[in-house]
Amino acid sequence: MRGAPPIEPLPVEARGLVKRYGDIVAVDHVDLSVERGDVFGYLGPNGAGKTTSLRMLLGLIRPTAGAARLFGRDPIVDGARALDGVAGFVEGPRFYPYLSGRRNLRLLGDLDGGVPAARIDEVLDVVELRDRAKDRVGGYSHGMRQRLGIAGALLRDPKLLLLDEPATGLDPGGMRDMRELIKRLAADGITILLSSHILAEVEELCNRVAIIRTGRIIYEGRLDELLESAGGGYLLRASDPERARAVLLAHGIDGVQLVERELRFQADAGAVEAATVALGKAGIGISLLAPHTATLEELFLGMTEEAA
Amino acid sequence: MTRVYRWEVLKLLAQKRTYLGLGAAMLVPLIFVVVLIFRSGGPNDIPLGRSIRETGLATPFVVLFFMSIWAFPLITALVSGDIVAAESHNGTLKTILTRSRNRGEIYAAKVLAAFTYTVLVIAAMGLVGVVAASIEWGFNDLTSLSGTTVSAWHGLGLLAASLAIYAWPMAGIAAFGLFLSTVTRNSASAVVGTLLWALLMQLLGVLPGTESIRPYLLGEQFQAWHGFLRTPADWTPVVRALWVCAFYVGVPLAAGYLVFLRRDVAGE
Repeated sequence: MRGAPPIEPLPVEARGLVKRYGDIVAVDHVDLSVERGDVFGYLGPNGAGKTTSLRMLLGLIRPTAGAARLFGRDPIVDGARALDGVAGFVEGPRFYPYLSGRRNLRLLGDLDGGVPAARIDEVLDVVELRDRAKDRVGGYSHGMRQRLGIAGALLRDPKLLLLDEPATGLDPGGMRDMRELIKRLAADGITILLSSHILAEVEELCNRVAIIRTGRIIYEGRLDELLESAGGGYLLRASDPERARAVLLAHGIDGVQLVERELRFQADAGAVEAATVALGKAGIGISLLAPHTATLEELFLGMTEEAA
Repeated sequence: MTRVYRWEVLKLLAQKRTYLGLGAAMLVPLIFVVVLIFRSGGPNDIPLGRSIRETGLATPFVVLFFMSIWAFPLITALVSGDIVAAESHNGTLKTILTRSRNRGEIYAAKVLAAFTYTVLVIAAMGLVGVVAASIEWGFNDLTSLSGTTVSAWHGLGLLAASLAIYAWPMAGIAAFGLFLSTVTRNSASAVVGTLLWALLMQLLGVLPGTESIRPYLLGEQFQAWHGFLRTPADWTPVVRALWVCAFYVGVPLAAGYLVFLRRDVAGE
């Protein structure tokens, strides 16, 4: 009888991660599973606990409770060995400002056991920084540092990349280039965990997402399933949107968003029909009521602002 | 490990503060010699002060006497207090801790680099002092504190031994600087704190009522090298410095290591 095939450890597996700072719970029992080949979007408002979670994944901070494993290894238990095949940065890549871009990469390469100069040239080419490689990093723009951060990560030939807000602070051209770069890396088979609050970027790049709010995961799953779950959405244009919202709420339709004087909400057809009658009785005119598929941004705002 | 150490040294070489301390250590003996060339008299009331114009070998001893009290502790603190805190400040600690090296290895490389710098500045002062002064006053025999004459080469050996035994309490200062640098994550606090520690250790040594603990204070070990200026050499302060300083080196290094190993690297 043949035994079951060995289960390959997941690139990222976090179970019950907690980080407490005094009375403040920054991360509250977070579970995450990133599978091989995923481009996984980790979403949340500022201060929701994204960066703290990533720091725990990389072993930079110790969890108060729970454990994180990268390819089956816990960075707190296994130290630097747990980061074999893993690269990335949290809260923006940081370099020695008094060293050139190339020397910074050589230093990082040496910390990984040494890399040939040709490999450094290769990664500099990938991020299009080769012509500025001799300049001190102190003189680099924000975008150049972000790209150098990616170059530093690529030096490790990672199987898993952890990127914390890689496009933050970039101009539109820089953001587009960063998205293209991430697409290329994903196409090369690198699993990517990307924290972001640029939702269009996540919608374009990611196949799976987790949404974190005040330290807790409120959704984890496939992005297309999340968007499909938003079927049954409606768009309402009414003469008095504020009062209309109150009427909808009174009919048990919650999570109503007011966007540019239009109301967006999810409800079943029966509830919508009852609400239109109530709106008419309340003297509120309706100029448009149409089915509407929510964007990730609307879903995200609906989910993260629900309890606020 | 060699690679990590090499990069710690290269990082020091790329920073201005490194040259500030090294430059001062080399400049002081030069200024000392130049002033004595143009002015008569000399530092007669300190060890070997009367021999200053008899041989170039006396100068580094006299300069060491002056610099041992606060100049070398300050120079040592400038680098050791900064070596971890600067990484926290620049945010580069998280960069190097997410590569393939364990925290212990990074810490050990920083300790070695800080010690290397301490030894280097002390040796540089000695070398510049003996060369500059010998050009002016010759490389002649040295009169020891006991009044006997020792040959120039023997005197050079005594100078090397004196600088080496003085470097040991400075390693204690560097270890304390590394500890503060790790704990405070702030370069200025660590540098000032380390200097205050060095001065406190010396202040305790001159206060009445501290006679019983005096031989075990770090500040007392700053003068252990005086033992080599007697003939025959007085080994008592030298041997005491060896084991007392081991404590002042070991305890802060171990404490710093434990903090470095377990600390959260966040918001830096």
